[in-house]
Amino acid sequence: MTAQAVPVQAVPAQGLLTSVPHVVNVGVEGFAGPPRAAGATVTAVDWRPPAAGDPELGARLARLVAHPAVEAANATALSRILGVVPMWTDVRPAGELVPELAEQKLLLHAGPPIAWEHMCGPMRAAVVGAALLEGWAATPPEAEALADSGAIRFAPCHHHDAVGPMAGIVSASMPLLVVEDEATGLRAYSNLNEGQGRCLRYGALGDDVMERLRWMGERLGPALRAALGSLAEPVNLRSVTAQALQMGDECHSRNTAASALLTRELSAALARHADLGGIEALDFLRDNNYWFLNFSMAASKLALMAGHGVPHSTVVTTFARNGVEVGIRVSGLGDAWFTAPAAPVDGLYFAGYGPADANPDIGDSAITEMHGLGGFALAAAPAIVGFVGGTPEGARRVSQDMATLTVGRHRDYRLPGLDFVGSPVGLDIRKVVDTGLEPVVTTGIAHREPGIGQIGAGLTHAPMRCFTDALRAFEEPPETAV
Amino acid sequence: MVLRNAVHKDLYADSVALMRVAARLAEPPGVETVSLVMGTPANQDVLARSGLLTDPGRTAGPNDLLVAVRGAPDAVDAALAQVVEALTATDEGPDAGAAAGATAGPAVRSLVGAPADASLALISTPGPYAAAEALKALRLGMHAFVFSDHVPVEDEVSLKREAARRGLLVMGPDCGTAVISGIPLGFANEVRAGSVGLVGASGTGLQQVSSLLHARGAGVSHLIGTGSRDVSADVGGMTMRAGLDALAADPATEVIVLVSKPPAPQVAERLLRHAGTLSKPVVACFLGTEESAAAPAGITLAPTLSEAARCAASLAVGGPVPDEELPEVPTPAAPRRLLRALYAGGTFAHEAAFLLGPVLGDIARTAPPPIPGAVPSLPDGHLVLDLGDDEFTAGRPHPMIDPTVRTAYLRAALADPSCAAVVLDVVIGHGAARDPAGALARALAEAPADAPPVIAFVVGTDADPQGLTAQQRILRDAGAYVVDSSTTAARVCAGLLAGGDELVLTPAASRIGDTA
Repeated sequence: MTAQAVPVQAVPAQGLLTSVPHVVNVGVEGFAGPPRAAGATVTAVDWRPPAAGDPELGARLARLVAHPAVEAANATALSRILGVVPMWTDVRPAGELVPELAEQKLLLHAGPPIAWEHMCGPMRAAVVGAALLEGWAATPPEAEALADSGAIRFAPCHHHDAVGPMAGIVSASMPLLVVEDEATGLRAYSNLNEGQGRCLRYGALGDDVMERLRWMGERLGPALRAALGSLAEPVNLRSVTAQALQMGDECHSRNTAASALLTRELSAALARHADLGGIEALDFLRDNNYWFLNFSMAASKLALMAGHGVPHSTVVTTFARNGVEVGIRVSGLGDAWFTAPAAPVDGLYFAGYGPADANPDIGDSAITEMHGLGGFALAAAPAIVGFVGGTPEGARRVSQDMATLTVGRHRDYRLPGLDFVGSPVGLDIRKVVDTGLEPVVTTGIAHREPGIGQIGAGLTHAPMRCFTDALRAFEEPPETAV
Repeated sequence: MVLRNAVHKDLYADSVALMRVAARLAEPPGVETVSLVMGTPANQDVLARSGLLTDPGRTAGPNDLLVAVRGAPDAVDAALAQVVEALTATDEGPDAGAAAGATAGPAVRSLVGAPADASLALISTPGPYAAAEALKALRLGMHAFVFSDHVPVEDEVSLKREAARRGLLVMGPDCGTAVISGIPLGFANEVRAGSVGLVGASGTGLQQVSSLLHARGAGVSHLIGTGSRDVSADVGGMTMRAGLDALAADPATEVIVLVSKPPAPQVAERLLRHAGTLSKPVVACFLGTEESAAAPAGITLAPTLSEAARCAASLAVGGPVPDEELPEVPTPAAPRRLLRALYAGGTFAHEAAFLLGPVLGDIARTAPPPIPGAVPSLPDGHLVLDLGDDEFTAGRPHPMIDPTVRTAYLRAALADPSCAAVVLDVVIGHGAARDPAGALARALAEAPADAPPVIAFVVGTDADPQGLTAQQRILRDAGAYVVDSSTTAARVCAGLLAGGDELVLTPAASRIGDTA
C-alpha cells in the first residue's frame, strides 16, 4: 500500500459541508439523539447483523448494494415480470402437455426435487392416489410398492413450467389449465382445484377423492375447455386478479371474489355445454372458494418465468415447498435450487386439530407471493387478518414490510388498504439477507399423516437460509466505472 | 361431557375470524373442542366426520353460523353464550393494538431502506460488521462516520479508496467525534459556530482543541474526525487530506487546525506540504513530533493541544490570546515523588508522556490490568496511564462512560505514600457519562487527609449537557486543583515534580511568521 496510489478526489467530500446532513443511524441507538436535537433529520435503522450474522457474507452483500449491473438486471427482470399478460387459453390432460407423464410413469410434485423415500405423509398419499388414478396400481399398498421399486419417476412441477398447490401431484390424466403470454410465447400450467375438504392435494385418499379426480378428468376438464373455447377471447387473468384485490382477496389464501368472477365469466358458456358436464361444473364451482388459487398460481408462474434467466439479477423467480424442504430459484442463478428445511405454519386450526398435527409448509402456491399476491398483498384482504393478530393494521404492516424487500411494485395489482399503492413485486435476495426479514406467506395447513387433509390455515415464512445460500452462490458482476 | 350445536341464522363471518374466536372460546377449563363454521354442506360434512355434528347443526344453511362445542356442561353453555359477543368484539386478537402506528410506515431495517436524501451514515455496529455497513453507505452515495473500532486496517484502506473514487468522506473507523455544520456526531461538544475548521485523528484531542476555541471566544465551522489510524503509513492520511481539501473549499472556514498523534513521517510531510498549498492558514498539532525543519509558509506547528487552540483562536478572532494562569499547588514533601496520571483520553496520556518525559525521565505507560475486587498495584516509578486502552476496556465500557476501573486506580493512587500528584481528565459532552466529575468526586471525598494533590481538567463547554463550570465546581469542591486543559495539567505536574525545573514550551505563535 503505497501513498502514491491514493486516488485524489476531484470533488472532496462533496456536499458534506454545504448543508445540514440527513443522518442515518446504524448501531448504538443513543447516537441518534444529539444530531436530532441539533436540528438534523435522523433516520434510525432498526439494525441487526445482516446475512444471519456471517460477516463474510455480509461483506459480499455490501459489495452488491447499489451495484449498477445488478440494479439494471433487476429492472429488466421486473419489467419482464410486469409485462406478462396471463391469458387462460386452454384446459387439456396433463399427458398431452407433458408427454413424459404418460410415457415414463412420471409424476410431478410441489416444491424442490425430492425422492419418494423422503416425501412427507400428505405427498406420499397423493402419489398413491395418482398411481391409483392412472391405473398403475390397484390398491394403496401396491402403489407404495411400485414407488418403492423405483418404477415411478418424480420431478418438480417447476421443472415442467407447472405449479400445483399443497402436494402438487400431477399425473397424465389430470387436466391442466394453460396460461399463455402472447408477447413472449411462454406457457405455464397448473392442475385444477379439487375444492375444500378431503382432497388429494392435502393427502386425503378414498373413494370420494378418487371419484372426484376421475370426474374432473372426464367431465370438468372437457366442459371447461369447450366453454373457454366458445368465448370470444381467452380470459385475462391479470384483470380478474386486479379486480379481486379490490374485493377482499389476496389471491393465495383467499380467492372467494376471484373464484366468483371467473365462474361468472364462464357460467353461460358452461351452461351451453351441458352435454360435456357444464351444469355439473357449475354446481362444483358454486361451492369452491379456492377455485381461482390454481389460476393465480399459473399466472404468477408465467410472469416469473418471464423474469427468470436475467444475468446478474437477484430477483427470486421460484419459491416452492415440498413439505420437507423449501426452495427458491433466482433469476440470475440459473436452475439451481437453494433449499432449507420447511418451516412450521403459524396458524388457526379446524376443530380437533392443533400444531402437533400439522405438516411443515408445503405446496407451490407461494409462487403467488413472488408475484405480489398472498402475504405480500395481505393489506387487500381484511377478511383474513386473523392470521396477523386480527387487525387490518397488522395486515397493512405485513404488506409494507414486504415492500421493503422487493425491487418494485405492480402496476395493475393495487392494495386498497394502503391507498391503492401497487403490491410489492420482485423479491430481492439482497434485501432479505440485509434486513433479516423473512418473506411472509399465507398458506393452508395439511395434516402430517397421509389421508386426512387440510386442518387449518395460517402464515409462514420463507427460511433465511435459502436466501443466504443463494447470495453465497451469486457471482459478483464486474463493477462498471462510476 | 356433552356435545352441543347451536345455529345463528344469517350471521356471516369469515372463516379466519371464526377459527380465531373458536380458539379463544376453547381456552377456559372444561371446554374440550369448539368449532365455528358457516353451515355449508361441506362444513357440515367436516363436522360430522369429526363427530361434532348434532341434529340442530344439520338444520344450518350456508349463511348461518354453526357452532359446535364439546366439554363439561357448564363450560359448554358458557362458551355457546359468548359466541356472538366474541365475534363482534373489536379487540379480536391478543396482538390487537400491538400493530398500532402502522400508518407510520415500515421500520427501516437497513441502510438501503433509508430515504433517498440521506447523506451521512453514523455507524456504530460491532466491529466485524462495520466495514460492510460503511461500504453500503458509500455505494448509496452517503458519507460515513464510523464509530466502530476493531475494523481491519486493510478494510479501512479499501473503504477510503472507495470514498475517494466517489468523492465521499469516510470518518473512521474508530472515529470518536465530528461536528458537521453544527450537528454533533458520536462524542462531541456543543461548541459555538465560527470560522475554525478542524480535522483530526484524535477524538479527545479534537474535543480539547474545539472546547478551548470555544472558551477563547472563537467558534467551529466543522470538526472532521479521521479515525486514529488515518495518518499511519498504511492508510496514508487519506481522510485527513480529503478533510483538508473540503475545509479549504468551505466558505465558512477561515482557519484550519490539524490534530493528531504523530503521523507516519512521510504522511506528516505530505500533509504539511499539501496544507501549504492551500489559501487558508493551517495550524498543525502533531503531538510529540520531533522538532524538524521549518514548516511551509502559512503553516503553524503547535506542539500542544492548548497551543493549537491558542494559535487558531488568535488567527480566527484576532489579537493575542492570554496564557492561562497556573494554580498554586503546594509542593509535596518526601517521600512523595511519583506521578500518577490516570487518563480516560488516550491523546491526553500521549501528550503528558511526551511533555513530561524530558523533565521526569522514565515514565511507565502500563500497569498490571485490574483484578476485580483487588486494589490495583502501581509501579515504583512515574505512571501515565490510558485507561481507555484495550486491556482496561475488555468486556466493559470506556472509562468516559463507566468510571469503575479508573476509580479503583484513583483510590490506589490516593492511598499511595509515594504519590506526589494525581492527574485526572474529565470529558463531557454528548456521549459522555451524565456526571463524570461526580463519580470522581466521591472517590476524592474518601481520600485520606494527607492525600497527594489532584490536578484535574474538564474538556467541554457550558453548552454541553453536563456543563463545564458545574463539572469543574464539583471537582474543586472535592479538593482537586482544576486547570483549563490537558497541556496545563502537564505543566503543573512538571513544576511539582521536577524540583522547580520549568517545563519549557516554545510558544508556537512566535513561528506564525507572515500569516500572523
